[in-house]
Amino acid sequence: MDSKKEQGPISTTPANSEATILNAVPIRHYGRWIATAFLLLVAMVMVKSLITNPRFRWGIVGDYIISAPILGGLRLTLILTVVAQLLGILIGIILAIMRLSSNRVLARAAWIYIWFFRGTPLLVQLIFWYNISALYPEIAIGIPFGPTFWQGNANDVITPFAVAILGLALNEGAYMAEIVRGGIVGIDRGQGESAKALGMTHMQTLRRVILPQAVKVIIPPTGNQTILMLKTTSLVSVLALADLLYTAQTIYARTFETMPLLMVVSLWYLGITSVLTFGQFFLERHFTEGKQHRISFTQRIAGMVPMRKSSSQLTEAGKVNHND
Amino acid sequence: MIEPALRVEGVRKSYGQVEVLKGIDMQVKPGEVACLVGPSGSGKSTFLRCINHLEKINSGRLYVHGELVGYQEKKGRLYELSDREVCRKRAEIGMVFQNFNLFQHMSVLENIIEAPTRVLKISKEEAVIHARELLELVGLSGREDSLPKQLSGGQQQRVAITRALAMRPKLMLFDEPTSALDPELVGEVLTAMQDLASSGMTMIVVTHEMGFARKVADTVAFMDAGLIVESGPPDKILDSPQHERTKSFFSKVL
Repeated sequence: MDSKKEQGPISTTPANSEATILNAVPIRHYGRWIATAFLLLVAMVMVKSLITNPRFRWGIVGDYIISAPILGGLRLTLILTVVAQLLGILIGIILAIMRLSSNRVLARAAWIYIWFFRGTPLLVQLIFWYNISALYPEIAIGIPFGPTFWQGNANDVITPFAVAILGLALNEGAYMAEIVRGGIVGIDRGQGESAKALGMTHMQTLRRVILPQAVKVIIPPTGNQTILMLKTTSLVSVLALADLLYTAQTIYARTFETMPLLMVVSLWYLGITSVLTFGQFFLERHFTEGKQHRISFTQRIAGMVPMRKSSSQLTEAGKVNHND
Repeated sequence: MIEPALRVEGVRKSYGQVEVLKGIDMQVKPGEVACLVGPSGSGKSTFLRCINHLEKINSGRLYVHGELVGYQEKKGRLYELSDREVCRKRAEIGMVFQNFNLFQHMSVLENIIEAPTRVLKISKEEAVIHARELLELVGLSGREDSLPKQLSGGQQQRVAITRALAMRPKLMLFDEPTSALDPELVGEVLTAMQDLASSGMTMIVVTHEMGFARKVADTVAFMDAGLIVESGPPDKILDSPQHERTKSFFSKVL
């Protein structure tokens, strides 16, 4: 092989791989090495403490983690998360469509709703709904200024569970509205125009053309909102509703095993959040076209690939495909 | 006398204080091809969008096949049509946009059959058969399952034309259909449009392609500053324009 003689160290012909290797000395990243060493040290100290500090009382954590009361609390937390988030998404879609309406009253009403619910703390809203009977002791269903079909005591209707769902969903609706609106506004105007030019009605255009494309933009922040909702449900402990946190609180109020029980609660929240993150990843992947670009979950966690392919990369791939 | 495909009388349109159409009068007979030419900002595209009521006019009358666009006249008063009624009329008018505006989340075939199945309520099987026939005419057989972004601009625009034709329109509007295309892709779209014209379709085309206007148009209308300055057969308008404004425009573009 006399090719070795011809090829310099920076030859571009990969005929002989050994000949193409550069013998350059890589840059020494001293700063990164120091930071890495420091983090490793901190991690070791933390792990040692978790294992050797007897006050964590891991045995008690083990006793409680799958005990019936804790699982009952977990069940309520999950129900609250799912129901409130679904209702929140529904309210959000309705509000977003209202805000984009050309009718000013509808648009302004949605704006005021969002302004109010984002402008007051959720904790205050929950306590407010809890005490709504102070404002309206009687609740009736009927036609305003007309006949009444049903009437009842506010305290009977608005149970703590109803308050929790109401408070969480109404609040979530305000945030989801902005997310959905962002998704809709982000769609090129031409999409809606061409649908209209084809004779599709306003609703058909929205349902068949705009929303399916907006979903791609809406999914990632909605996943975040759901994870946030899971943890926000812990606020309902102020309503004496036996969710995960409140159940733990009632146990440690009796046994004074505060830290182990908070560990139990945290482990459950972390576990569910991890499951949700996993689900979010697959949902996002499902709504990303170009199956050849799909990446695995482990790749994503390892941070080896950017979260989203840029559109130019997709177009490039499309062109390659087209030339085939 | 046959009812013209398009009859426009004194159409005016303003955005706030700015008047973009200052009294347009025009007639297009069935089967005719009319090209609207003129500098940007002259109101050509706005006028085209008024024809299928994507823009509302402020005064004047606009009739497509003898029917008022967007309104109903009863005893001398105009009543705005409902969304559904406007849609029914729009379904008879095809439109092709500068940026193709294919539905990005649908395949070529889905793009084409969406409106026929949803708006005209044609069965899916029938719509697919029709779509395949039309795709063959524009030379895109075999691309049914491609997504718009996998196609070149010229191919996308041909799909957009097919999508409009799938509604069996009586009138086709083209809003600068080749302006967003790479120069080497312009020809394939113009060819498709020329084929369409020779099949007898009534077409109104906003364009900067003077060669196309000369070859295909029955009428060329030159617009400037919200008015049709002059119109007539392409040879007359392109070669011996009467107005100063028309002369100076063509001296620059031809």
